[in-house]
Amino acid sequence: MSVRVRIPTILRTYTGGDSEVTAEGATLAEVLDHLDANYAGIKGRILDEDGKLRRFVNVYVNNDDVRFEQELATPTPAGAEVSVIPAVAGGC
Amino acid sequence: MSAVVTESPETTKPGLREGAFGNATALSCRECGHQVALGPFYACPECFGPLEISYAFPLVTREEIEAGPRNIWRYKALLPVPSDIETSPNTEPGFTRLLDAANLAAELGIAKLWVKDDSTNPTNSFKDRVVACALSAARELGSTVFACPSTGNLANAVAAAGARAGIKTVVFIPSNLEQPKQVNSAIFTENLVAVDGNYDDVNKLASEIAGEEEGWAFVNVNVRPYYAEGSKTLGYEIAEQLGWRLPDQVVIPVASGSQLTKVDKAFQELIKLGLVEDKPYRIFGAQAEGCGPVATAYKAGVDAIRPVKPDTIAKSLAIGNPADGIYVLDIARRTGGAVEEVTDEEIRAGIVLLARTEGIFTETAGGTTTAVTKKLVETGQLDPTLETVIINTGHGLKTLDSISGQVGPAATIAPSYDAFKATGL
Repeated sequence: MSVRVRIPTILRTYTGGDSEVTAEGATLAEVLDHLDANYAGIKGRILDEDGKLRRFVNVYVNNDDVRFEQELATPTPAGAEVSVIPAVAGGC
Repeated sequence: MSAVVTESPETTKPGLREGAFGNATALSCRECGHQVALGPFYACPECFGPLEISYAFPLVTREEIEAGPRNIWRYKALLPVPSDIETSPNTEPGFTRLLDAANLAAELGIAKLWVKDDSTNPTNSFKDRVVACALSAARELGSTVFACPSTGNLANAVAAAGARAGIKTVVFIPSNLEQPKQVNSAIFTENLVAVDGNYDDVNKLASEIAGEEEGWAFVNVNVRPYYAEGSKTLGYEIAEQLGWRLPDQVVIPVASGSQLTKVDKAFQELIKLGLVEDKPYRIFGAQAEGCGPVATAYKAGVDAIRPVKPDTIAKSLAIGNPADGIYVLDIARRTGGAVEEVTDEEIRAGIVLLARTEGIFTETAGGTTTAVTKKLVETGQLDPTLETVIINTGHGLKTLDSISGQVGPAATIAPSYDAFKATGL
């Protein structure tokens, strides 16, 4: 399952400046493992020491926030777009 | 939270003028302590945590502040803005009234109550404060476009400030946003972009654009650290208007939680600078039940906040995954406050109560704050014998749709004196 992964600015040091890379995997966890095999250390920026999504990172699979899906077990079908975005919010 | 020891960052980014950010020295991660140089950065490169402004404050006196203009720039020494900020066109928000709310106090059974009324700002909400600071940062960073994702207050504030500053503004809104709200922003800018999606989709798009486009300053994304500091001025003003002292209790609406954390930061800074006496104060957060992830975590006694899908009339509070929620929990617990939530029906009743006791027409966020204050008294969480301040964040004309079915004519009569007499009014 080949997917496209959108890389935020602060992680582009790992991807040689590329804003989008491809990765393989049937779930988000597998995609992140594959990413880390190609770009060593990038997974540790997205997941914390317990292997969970860091508190201030939002990850989307085809525009769906994985926190409302199956977190790291969220399926990543072929051709899906995975976006890693720092968490920000408006409001008060 | 482990502190990471980092080398001292360069205090100025190449191309920045000396003193571009006033007495600010660096951006520091709230989570891990990592520091980066002042610039268009908002997320920690180590852990994605939020970056906050660090300062080296000079000695600041009450007299110096009091001699300043009657807007937020009287506190410029405490904000990330240059010392000549007053020479740049902005909307000059702030120094709004602190209203002695005796009628509402009597209604709620509170001995002494004030309303900090930010509905009187240039575009009728507290957002003018944060946007003014963001505009200064955008200018100093050489940004050519001033932008935001928003459903209301923020869009109005950004578009108006950009117009004053003569900088190109682009405002992104959900395409299903009510027509009056679209007009409120479109009147100030020709670049209103409607996005097919909800607010979260618009926010996500803004983050992506901010990461790709050079020269774009998204107020609540890549210049967020500077923007957020603007909310400190609410805390400074409350203290100054009370005669340079801190209130006992403050009730503040919570969406992302940023404003509440900044009022606390302001009180702490005033204490450190010796501008007010150090004393205990309690900070309470107000949420809507239809989007109350922080209140839920507070009541459950847990630190982790579970994101929710918002469903409330208080749309400006409808942030399902609040970035500063954990810090709100820390502050509420540290100060002996609480985080409480109310139903949409209670929010509407809160709007009417504030209007009919104090003549203030508040938006849904203010209705939430008023209703939560009532609930806090009823449940014994707020001490009614202590001096209390509630923050009214914006004007009710912004959220007419939420209340229009609630109020209307007491009677419809024929144009005759007899008909009038029959009403008993």
